[in-house]
Amino acid sequence: MTVILQTQKLRVEFRSHEFRQTPKIALQGLDLEVRAGEVFGFLGPNGAGKTTTMNVLLGFVPPTSGTASLFGIDVRQPIARQRIGYLPELTYYYKFLTAEELLRFYAKIFGLPRAEADQRIARLLKLVELEHAAKRPIKSYSKGMQQRVGLAQALINNPDLLILDEPTSGLDPLGRMKVREIIQRLKSEGKTVFFSSHELGEVETVCDRVAIIHQGVLKAVGRVHEITGQHANLEKAFLDIIGFQSQVQATT
Amino acid sequence: MKNIFAVAGVVIKELYRRKDFYVLFIITVLICLVMASVNVFNDSKVARYLKEICLLLVWVSSLVIAVTTAARQIPAERENRTLLPLLAKPVTRMQLIFGKFFGCWFACGLTLLCFYIFFGALSATREHQWPLANYFQAAVMHWFMLGIVVAMALLGSLVFAAPSSNSTICFVIIGGILFVGRHLDQVAVSMREPLRTIVNALYFTVPHLEFFDLRDLVIHNWPLIGWKYIVLALLYATAYILIFLIGACLVFRRKPVN
Repeated sequence: MTVILQTQKLRVEFRSHEFRQTPKIALQGLDLEVRAGEVFGFLGPNGAGKTTTMNVLLGFVPPTSGTASLFGIDVRQPIARQRIGYLPELTYYYKFLTAEELLRFYAKIFGLPRAEADQRIARLLKLVELEHAAKRPIKSYSKGMQQRVGLAQALINNPDLLILDEPTSGLDPLGRMKVREIIQRLKSEGKTVFFSSHELGEVETVCDRVAIIHQGVLKAVGRVHEITGQHANLEKAFLDIIGFQSQVQATT
Repeated sequence: MKNIFAVAGVVIKELYRRKDFYVLFIITVLICLVMASVNVFNDSKVARYLKEICLLLVWVSSLVIAVTTAARQIPAERENRTLLPLLAKPVTRMQLIFGKFFGCWFACGLTLLCFYIFFGALSATREHQWPLANYFQAAVMHWFMLGIVVAMALLGSLVFAAPSSNSTICFVIIGGILFVGRHLDQVAVSMREPLRTIVNALYFTVPHLEFFDLRDLVIHNWPLIGWKYIVLALLYATAYILIFLIGACLVFRRKPVN
């Protein structure tokens, strides 16, 4: 299968501006491969390096060493982002625009012709169930609606790869279920989805493969059942892999 | 260019959907109409005072709109995290800066158009004439001056943390240039070295916004300024706009996105 997203020996250090402070190592030699058509879960506790990895993939943060590529193109080239969709965590979109105007703005950036943009906007608003609110300003949307409009903007260019940073964060169970359904529908359409989440049950349901990262180091990668192994579920496996249970045993 | 104009379009939409412009426009209209209804000392040339007050209000309002609109653009994108999905698309940081600049500048142009139409109508009711060429020269020079202000505020928004501090610093700098900028060389003469050189250097480096102030031309119906001088002034403004925008691009290139 074609490798769509790849990082090789990726290392990111953040230099401190304070005197005599050692640089903070966010990623240490991360090797990842995401193949076409799979839903890939990227797990780790807070501060593990998930968002930093995504920031490198999106060209926001330059790697200190190592490489990262999307579709075989170095992530530092803006063209590498032509075929991706990105949903950041907790974004408050331009509140003076309507959902339709927001999607039209992003469609313009991708140079979509007007007729095609109209068609795609209508289809996406239907997909995220926002047709009824399409002409309302975003400031009147609930958190779940904002997250769904975010998902729609990530899909405006009909991307081959979707990068979702905690797409269900802060949503109620109904909102989470809707987002999960959308991800599953995208998977059935053959899209590749790379997403980070703290909802391990959700990851277990949706993902083909997962990677677990802790303190910038890749701890495990593989199919969900391979990772789960002899543990009861992914949550127990996750805690074991990041060393939480051994810490608990050591303290008791 | 499509990315630049797409970003600019959002800025223009923001301006006409916010209340800032309407509030300033209504205040200007109300003050001018009240002034117009009063006949002070039966002075036959009272229309000039009215035009002066109206133009002063137009200048103050346009500066407030230009500085506050430009100063909040990038900080708002960062705070609301809309910068992330935007830069995750094939948009470069330079295109974003230029898009924000053109958006703010065109939006300021639209507000100026409204203000100058009102001003023209008001003065026509008193003087029964439309010196359109004078108005055109004054409005174009004013618009290019706002271009410098917008570019300066955009650069400031990348240097200073809060939009309010950036706005305050911009207003102080603009006020300083407009009121004392033209006298800096004379002030330098009475100074000792090395202050004299510093003040002289300042005189030659600051953008002289007062060059673009053609209010007297309109108020006193003076003859038109030669077009070649207007073109030179516009080139001078363009040079400063580019300097500030290139500075903004260089600063933004090194800034972390989140």
